[in-house]
Amino acid sequence: MGPQIDLSGPGGLVLAVLPELVLAGWSIVLLLVVAWRHKTEGDQRFIGQLAVAGLVVTLGVVLGFWVRDVSPAGHEAWIALDRFRYLTDTIFLLGAALAALLSLGYLGRERVHVPEFYLLLLFATVGMMFMGGSTNLVLIFLGLELMSVCIYVLAGIDRRSVFAAEASLKYFLLGAFASGFLLYGIALIYGATGTTDLTLIYARITALGLESNTMLLVGTGLLLVGFAFKVAAVPFHMWTPDVYDGAPTPITAFMAAAVKAAAFAALIRVLLQGLGPADVVWTEIVWWLAAITMVVGNLIALVQRHVKRMLAYSSIGHAGYLLAAVAAGTEFGAAAFLFYVLAYTLMTVGAFAVLAAIGRRGEREVRVDDLNGLAKHRPWMAAAMTIFMLSLLGFPGTAGFIGKWFILSAAIQAGQGSLAIILVASTVISAGFYLPIIMAMYMKPPASEAAHEGAALVGASRWIVAALAVCLLLFGVWPNRVLDAARQGTEDLKPSVMMTVAR
Amino acid sequence: MNYSDWVLEALLILPLVAAAALLLRPEREAKYLALVATLAEFLVSVPLWWAYDASSAAMQFAVARPWIANWGIWLRLGVDGISLFMVLLTTFTMPLAVLGSWNYIKERQRAYYALLLVLTTGMLGVFLALDLFVFYVFWEVMLIPMYFLIGVWGGPRRLYAAIKFFVFTFVGSLLMLVAILWIFYHVGQATGTYSFAYDHILANIGVTQPWAFWLFGAFFLAFAIKVPMFPFHTWLPDAHVEAPTAGSVILAGILLKMGTYGFLRFALPFYPDVAFSPMVVNVVVLLALIGIIYGGLVAMVQPDFKKLVAYSSVAHLGFVMLGIWALTLQSVEGAIIIMISHGISTGALFFLAGMLYERRHTREIAAFGGLAKVVPVLATVLTVVALSSIGLPGTNGFVGEFLVLLGSFGEYPWATVVAATGVIVAAMYLLRALQRIIYNKLDKPENEGLPDLSRRELAVLIPLVVCILWIGLYPRPFLKRIEASSRALVEQVRGEPPAIEVQHAEVAAPGVER
Repeated sequence: MGPQIDLSGPGGLVLAVLPELVLAGWSIVLLLVVAWRHKTEGDQRFIGQLAVAGLVVTLGVVLGFWVRDVSPAGHEAWIALDRFRYLTDTIFLLGAALAALLSLGYLGRERVHVPEFYLLLLFATVGMMFMGGSTNLVLIFLGLELMSVCIYVLAGIDRRSVFAAEASLKYFLLGAFASGFLLYGIALIYGATGTTDLTLIYARITALGLESNTMLLVGTGLLLVGFAFKVAAVPFHMWTPDVYDGAPTPITAFMAAAVKAAAFAALIRVLLQGLGPADVVWTEIVWWLAAITMVVGNLIALVQRHVKRMLAYSSIGHAGYLLAAVAAGTEFGAAAFLFYVLAYTLMTVGAFAVLAAIGRRGEREVRVDDLNGLAKHRPWMAAAMTIFMLSLLGFPGTAGFIGKWFILSAAIQAGQGSLAIILVASTVISAGFYLPIIMAMYMKPPASEAAHEGAALVGASRWIVAALAVCLLLFGVWPNRVLDAARQGTEDLKPSVMMTVAR
Repeated sequence: MNYSDWVLEALLILPLVAAAALLLRPEREAKYLALVATLAEFLVSVPLWWAYDASSAAMQFAVARPWIANWGIWLRLGVDGISLFMVLLTTFTMPLAVLGSWNYIKERQRAYYALLLVLTTGMLGVFLALDLFVFYVFWEVMLIPMYFLIGVWGGPRRLYAAIKFFVFTFVGSLLMLVAILWIFYHVGQATGTYSFAYDHILANIGVTQPWAFWLFGAFFLAFAIKVPMFPFHTWLPDAHVEAPTAGSVILAGILLKMGTYGFLRFALPFYPDVAFSPMVVNVVVLLALIGIIYGGLVAMVQPDFKKLVAYSSVAHLGFVMLGIWALTLQSVEGAIIIMISHGISTGALFFLAGMLYERRHTREIAAFGGLAKVVPVLATVLTVVALSSIGLPGTNGFVGEFLVLLGSFGEYPWATVVAATGVIVAAMYLLRALQRIIYNKLDKPENEGLPDLSRRELAVLIPLVVCILWIGLYPRPFLKRIEASSRALVEQVRGEPPAIEVQHAEVAAPGVER
């Protein structure tokens, strides 16, 4: 047992949110730096590097908590001190750092000069950390809003692009709508249980037998709708393709990976830790969401011709797989979510990074056919893209497969064999759009000798792509440590029986 | 360290190391390195022949190493009489495949030979794995190199063929994954030991009986697509025809056997009650017969020699399926012998088709004629190989088909009669093709100056011809090694000692309930 923090007093609380405080403090200092240095391209890069440094420092703090296995003394109020929080924080920070590193070269190339870009990224990450780490619905909502507002702006950061403006506005309108649902759901749950604290909600539902209380059920439903918007589950996915398509590619990668992961982390915490006793109701709903999301997301991706849009729709499909992990309603399912979301972050960021490199100015326009013959001129880039595509497909030897296997295991363990079959069926569908990319790169001749001349991974992005590909293979062949971490990370997620009885 | 301790792991690792080494060396060395590596692989595997204890049906050379041990996944490997020859067939075919690609593959040689080597590991892994998870991983991993071999170095319709091959196999195997996980959890829940080990699952498979039909169905679909059985066979002609020569040889020679091997290793031992319920028996036997007759008839009308050979595979594998489902000692042994000899004969036919193509740049049967005068050696070899594929006594094809027909007659007399006509159909299409290619009149001037077999081509074909005659004339060493495991399988699946020695065959009346 590691050191314990008493969460009943302000001192303990401050200590408990140390990672968030570090990152928020760093962001505010960075804001001042921006005020002094924002003129040149070099300044912007400098800010970006500082932002990455801030993320790394925060990661260090989180890992410190994790390694020393910090746990709460007594009642867990406001903020959780468990491995699930540290693991999800790690994933968010990783996703943010990757997005920031990719942006270093990308912003310069696209001539977007907004040094605040990195600040928004950092503040969004702080929001995510609260989403994954808080045990109180109000704080989760605050985290969600902090993240969302930053992302609305980030989506439209390229002020000259009509599509970016469209993406930003759409995301804002629908996001605000979703927040409304979420807040209404929280209000109703509060009405039913008299608290917004997750463990207390759990205890009161059990103690007072509120499992079929109408107000609680309606609240749960609205909460799920709100989260479904955020994770882009069908039928609440309409905003996704346009937003992903119009946003700058590093931000798209960030949204597809980290933002989604944060919404899922909050969802899992709320469902398991708070609404656990009412799981009969929500597993059913999430089951259907998962099934529809997997099938529809992959089917629509099948008919896309533009790579970026295809990846956007395929990310809906992946949200469906993650929902399948949630639908299991067990800690094992949550562990499957953790592993899959890590793998998904790596592969989706990698795929978007390669896409950004191929797209040069205007990757919205990259069609699958534009990849023809890439392997001939850019063999390493094509090889990396192949690994990302195979991993997204869930092919053995890559982390994507281990993740899918984990989710399938969770579904089968929870007795949801039919969901497992729907999952593999939609995986088959997804072969129909991941394989053509490999096919185009390796099996079709390039349109012209000069077709891929400008396609190059420059600077940091080259190393990122290489590292991502290697990690995917490594976790695909030797996932032991990550699997164990994921399993340990969810062990203490559900409030223990003793705690519930004591209250 | 004993040979038996390291051989199986060495067989899996060697090609991977060679593939990595090959990628680091210059392009022109690629094929030499690949040849050396595949020959080394073959030499490593050859002592298995002697080291294998033919009297035992147990898994030999067994290896178990923790892989994802917390999840019950170990690298468990082993060889028995069923897989022994599949392993040897693989290591035997690969050097020939490299030699057969020698001049045909001119572009991106490094990648090509590296993929062949990776494919070797994948295929061997499928035959060696005694852990269901490991089996599944190898089963899938092997798809990618084959997909690239067809898609990059294939014929004009290669893209279509490659994706069709991939998707067909992928559909079946993913359902199999669900079935494997389902079994894993239910066996784990019942016994408290969560393990993918073949032995563990086989011993406790009874707990999954309530879902036996569906689980069997998932395995059945995966394997039937791979075999391929009749309605699932449509990927085969496309893939075989479009693949480069070595790809076709490997597809026909080894990949198809993974399906029948899967039936013998997993589907039947796990769910004998479902496999031999009257409905499933009727369906399988019927599909096997359709495969034999339909495959033969379609082969008959093919103008393209390679396509003819491809469809003949459907027919041959029909015999294998019939032999497996008859489940007598003879029929199972016969089925395994057909698996071996089909690999050799059809492999040789694909090599010959490739050699003809390299000479004339066409595979149209009608474009040839009277080759016996121009290229006598090639014509002789082609005749021998074609006759072995028909099943002429004295060649390998006869031994297997005879045993299958013999062993099946007691079980399904009518089906066996129909299957026997398949041999006649085979004679019709192959002899006719032979006549039109080799004999007839030498009426096309383009055919006059064709070169005969080169030394390299002879080096590819002679080992195959030797095997054809060896198995045909003296199959005892093969049967001896197959027997113990086949007997054990039959006993285990029937749940009783097999009373079906040859002399008792007539006792079993048709339609007897198992």
